[in-house]
Amino acid sequence: MNGKTLLEVRNLSTWFGPQDRPLRVVDGVSFHIGRGECLALLGESGCGKSMTALSLLRLVPEPAGRVVDGDVLLEGEDLLALPEMAMRRVRGRRLSMIFQEPMTSLNPVLTVGYQVGEVLARHHGLGRRARRRRAVELLAAVGIPDPARRVDDYPHRLSGGMKQRVMIALALAGEPDLLIADEPTTALDVTIQAQIMELLGRIRRDRHMAMLLITHDLGVVADHADRVAVMYAGEIVEQAPRDAFFSEPLHPYARKLFAAVPGFRRRGRRLQTIPGGVPRLDQAFTGCRFADRCDEAWDHCRAHVPREVSPAPGRTVRCHRFDPEVAAPPAAEAAPPAAAAAGAAPAAGGPVLAARGLAVHFPVRKGLLRRVAARVRAVDGVDLELYPGRTLALVGESGCGKTTVGKALLALVRPTAGSVVFQGRELTALRGEALRRLRAHMQMVFQDPFSSMNPRMEVGAIVEEGMRALGLGDAQRRAARVRALLEQVGLPAEAARRYPHEFSGGQRQRIAIARALAVEPALLVCDEPTSALDVSVQAQILNLLQDLQQKLGLSYLFITHNLSVVEHLAHEVAVMYLGRLVEQGPVEQVMRAPRHPYTRALLSAVPVPDPQRRREIIRLQGELPSPLSPPAGCHFHPRCPEAMDVCRRDYPQWSEVEPGWRVACHLQTSDVRSQTSDSSDSGI
Amino acid sequence: MSGNRSQRPFWRRPLLVAAALAALWLGLPPLLGLRGVYLATDVLLFVLLAGVLFLGAWMRRQRHLREPWRRVFHQKRAAVSAVVLVVFAVIGLADSIHFRKPLPPAPGAAETAWSVEVLSVLDVLLAHLREREEQTYSAPLATRLYVRQPVERGGRQVREYPRLRHGGAHLADPERQWAGDVARLALAGAGGGLALAALAALGLVLLLARARGESLARTAAGVWRGEGPVPWRTVLATVAVVCAVAGVLAGLSLHYHVLGTDKVGTDVLYLSLKSVRTGLVIGTLTTLIMLPFAILLGIMAGYFRGWVDDVIQYLYTTLNSIPGVLLIAAAVLSIQVYIENHPQLFETATDRADLRLLALCVILGITSWTGLCRLLRGETLKVRELDYIQAAVAFGVRPFVILGRHVLPNVMHIVLIVVVLDFSGLVLAEAVLSYVGVGVDPATISWGNMINGARLELAREPPVWWSLVAAFCFMFALVLSANLFADAVRDAFDPRLREQPA
Ligand SMILES: Nc1ncnc2c1ncn2[C@@H]1O[C@H](COP(=O)(O)OP(=O)(O)OP(=O)(O)O)[C@@H](O)[C@H]1O
Ligand code: SF4
Ligand code: SF4
Ligand SMILES: [Mg+2]
Repeated sequence: MNGKTLLEVRNLSTWFGPQDRPLRVVDGVSFHIGRGECLALLGESGCGKSMTALSLLRLVPEPAGRVVDGDVLLEGEDLLALPEMAMRRVRGRRLSMIFQEPMTSLNPVLTVGYQVGEVLARHHGLGRRARRRRAVELLAAVGIPDPARRVDDYPHRLSGGMKQRVMIALALAGEPDLLIADEPTTALDVTIQAQIMELLGRIRRDRHMAMLLITHDLGVVADHADRVAVMYAGEIVEQAPRDAFFSEPLHPYARKLFAAVPGFRRRGRRLQTIPGGVPRLDQAFTGCRFADRCDEAWDHCRAHVPREVSPAPGRTVRCHRFDPEVAAPPAAEAAPPAAAAAGAAPAAGGPVLAARGLAVHFPVRKGLLRRVAARVRAVDGVDLELYPGRTLALVGESGCGKTTVGKALLALVRPTAGSVVFQGRELTALRGEALRRLRAHMQMVFQDPFSSMNPRMEVGAIVEEGMRALGLGDAQRRAARVRALLEQVGLPAEAARRYPHEFSGGQRQRIAIARALAVEPALLVCDEPTSALDVSVQAQILNLLQDLQQKLGLSYLFITHNLSVVEHLAHEVAVMYLGRLVEQGPVEQVMRAPRHPYTRALLSAVPVPDPQRRREIIRLQGELPSPLSPPAGCHFHPRCPEAMDVCRRDYPQWSEVEPGWRVACHLQTSDVRSQTSDSSDSGI
Repeated sequence: MSGNRSQRPFWRRPLLVAAALAALWLGLPPLLGLRGVYLATDVLLFVLLAGVLFLGAWMRRQRHLREPWRRVFHQKRAAVSAVVLVVFAVIGLADSIHFRKPLPPAPGAAETAWSVEVLSVLDVLLAHLREREEQTYSAPLATRLYVRQPVERGGRQVREYPRLRHGGAHLADPERQWAGDVARLALAGAGGGLALAALAALGLVLLLARARGESLARTAAGVWRGEGPVPWRTVLATVAVVCAVAGVLAGLSLHYHVLGTDKVGTDVLYLSLKSVRTGLVIGTLTTLIMLPFAILLGIMAGYFRGWVDDVIQYLYTTLNSIPGVLLIAAAVLSIQVYIENHPQLFETATDRADLRLLALCVILGITSWTGLCRLLRGETLKVRELDYIQAAVAFGVRPFVILGRHVLPNVMHIVLIVVVLDFSGLVLAEAVLSYVGVGVDPATISWGNMINGARLELAREPPVWWSLVAAFCFMFALVLSANLFADAVRDAFDPRLREQPA
């Protein structure tokens, strides 16, 4: 390899489980990373990305897992052959890692400064004073405000974004040559994600540090990687420079991944899905591991393992179609995604559900007598209307109150104030039996497909529960309906006799949808139904939801922070900030030309899977303030790049941009705009 | 839960079995010319047994409970302790079938009069132990009393250690023949026990072979090599040890008091065996009594929160802050007064003692539900936030249905763990309370009373140690096996170990 290569991995294999039937979690992986280079390792959940990273550091959980083969050469030195003592000096000093879960990777009983100092002491032998000074510097470098004070804080006093920053500071403390970042932003909001990724990019440039960026997000790859390696079922199936990869992905799996990403481009059409699932890893493969899900497979693929070939300099791919020694039949033209959905019917008639001034305040109790010491204003005056056959997307950062709005609409939490009118009846006034009857018409699909089903019940009983509670039909009728519903959401009818844990995340979300549909609701609140799922599975669920809307005329409230999903299927969008809506309107207008500074920042922060589409990220200062004490005036003013004096004083009124599109910002009220037009232009 | 026809026989069969046994229990005594006595604790014990059988049948159908139970019995220590526990249970149950014998017809009386002595099946089985009373203390396997007695010899009063009436009475010259005789009896007993164990092993292999559809030889070889998930070899080894020990005890007890006699000359082995029932009653009925409170209040507090939670928390915090022993002492003493003031309510002394035993269970139950209640409240607080509960609310499922269908099954593992763990604590509590004098009736045979009676005798010179040691050994065997079993249950049901990726 050339002199610039920092890390070279050859034929790395890591196995788990019993000797006689091992899980080949990492199976012959080879790649290299140059100095200062960023290699993205891309793949779906469970494909072995994290295990690859842990194997490099020799941190595979033993004795369950073991590295059985391969070389990991760090500037020619084989890490796998080093004694554990020497390895300990490599970790943190030359290679360091940021883990997937920032929340659990910090020790909760030690101060941040102590934890950073520990690394400094180990690798640089700094004294007490010097350690503290350096720790403060590091915290400042990763953008923690007021680092001199924060250095003595315990982790629980930091928000998720700050914890991730501290993790980065920890990883940087040893001044490593290579930073391994395992999904560094998956647990964070887009705005925070943008901050963290930018930070990592800056540090990497400043220190000429190499990075192995593990992710499943094509957008993040497009923004930050120099080269891309795509992993599938324990194997790297394609490697390419970033621009070449995005302009023309070669491996059928990589192409499918691109086609599964939702967004405006595929709006109204069905998304490509990848049928089936990842093959079991406890076998020795005799053919291509993607063959069962590949549209372009032919007999040869099942009989021979594809070798790695290089169709262009710097690119490799593991697929028979690119192997010059294999004569491939012409690829069957992949069926184009099913016909475009007829543009959704315009809102006919009145709304199914209308909320006015909806507010939910949670009391915070303190002391012996549990007096109400404060109120968390989770939702603070929200107006919404949902129309039959239409989808309203509710977007915003985590903690802004989206889920609470959904639950308050369904009377799962009692609103503190405001009215919810459902099919002409005031929900907030209903109690007991009357409310129970009405519940059939509005249902919810929850975020986490693993906690939304009672693990002790069979799937049939789960789907049937709503019908039973409402006394619909007799046992036989209900059983027949359960079968029909399961088939409607694309599951075999015998799934009814099995338990939830036997299904994958995507399948469980289908069951959850079947359960909600069982009582024939008119309205479905979907609370981040795809955020726990991989893109290919997400595509299946989005397609299913769209089909159902067309067939049954359902009306959806789609709660999400994933803006590409919004672009794909919403008709209207409402942006929420700290318990209130700040902008609301038709999805195309709002997404193309957002008016509220917060919406603009949110949109600019979304990574786009297209390296050509350079965009300016509007950096927001800090994070979402606590809903315990929202800032005076416009809630957004402490972070708003365009805040004016009036913003600090008064909360802005709604102003209408166009019929059906309104914004709550002083910039929109004409008199203010004329005064401050200069500043508003320069900001963007 | 989901009423499903093909699986009905699972619970129908236990029902039939239970009905048949109940009929037998009621019908057999009159046929044998006896009068059945149904003590409150007897009835409750058998109801509990039936409950356990039903629960077992139900749990077999619930995968989430069946799997952990299977894991329980795949552990060696659980298999060993289960065998020991079954032995104790059989002794206890045999001692829970009571009756009275008719008195020899008095001339002129039309009706049969019944003896005031209430006997159990165990008493009949151990008749030779029960009836062969000595004058007073005698050491284990002794042939003479432990205390000097004035004896008439050749017209003169001498004080010497007289021969026992029964222990070693068949020996002409105990000093010379004793050792040989004891060895002979012990060996014969052990041999008999092992033969029985071999028979049991044969039966097991037969059953297994039939169930697996294998040849007898293959099954036997498999068991011998310890193959398969269930440690049958360990089970059989335990059975062999238990049978051998029981055989030795039985053999020796034909002619000796194996564990000596107490102050009034009663056989200590007999007392120890009779105490088993008392221990089991306290350990199980107490739980049975407290369980409904603990479960209902615990999950209600956790689920409804608000004022319901406040009231329930207030209740158990208050109960917890009163010293338990005081509460127990007060309650037991008032029961005692009640019993003494209403002698007409009780036909026999056994009835009276039984009421006090039951009362003790109730009191212990009332003071011990708070721990489980608190655990369940905490767990329910967690469970209620899960989305499936929210989903059920969104469907308009009624609150108590949610409690029964969604909450209870998901906290059941805690109930199981606590019940099994509590058992040994309660058995020990009985001993302590009886020692303090607020335990069971002094007439009830229990380990606590044995220890209480033995404590003064320890101060004698030479000390009388065997009552204490016997009570200690039996209690130790029961508590140790219960604890081992509880550990195995906890390991198998602990959610942290259970929720591994499926
Ligand atoms: N301790 C373990 N024992 C057995 N199998 C394991 C263990 N840890 C991980 N695996 C398996 O190894 C495979 C790869 O896991 P890995 O964590 O590397 O996936 P990943 O690509 O990082 O996924 P994600 O995107 O969800 O983080 C998975 O199939 C996983 O089930
Ligand atoms: S080798 Fe065959 S099955 Fe595998 S990806 Fe290529 S075409 Fe598809
Ligand atoms: S009102 Fe002012 S602070 Fe609020 S978003 Fe508009 S410009 Fe920014
Ligand atoms: Mg991972």
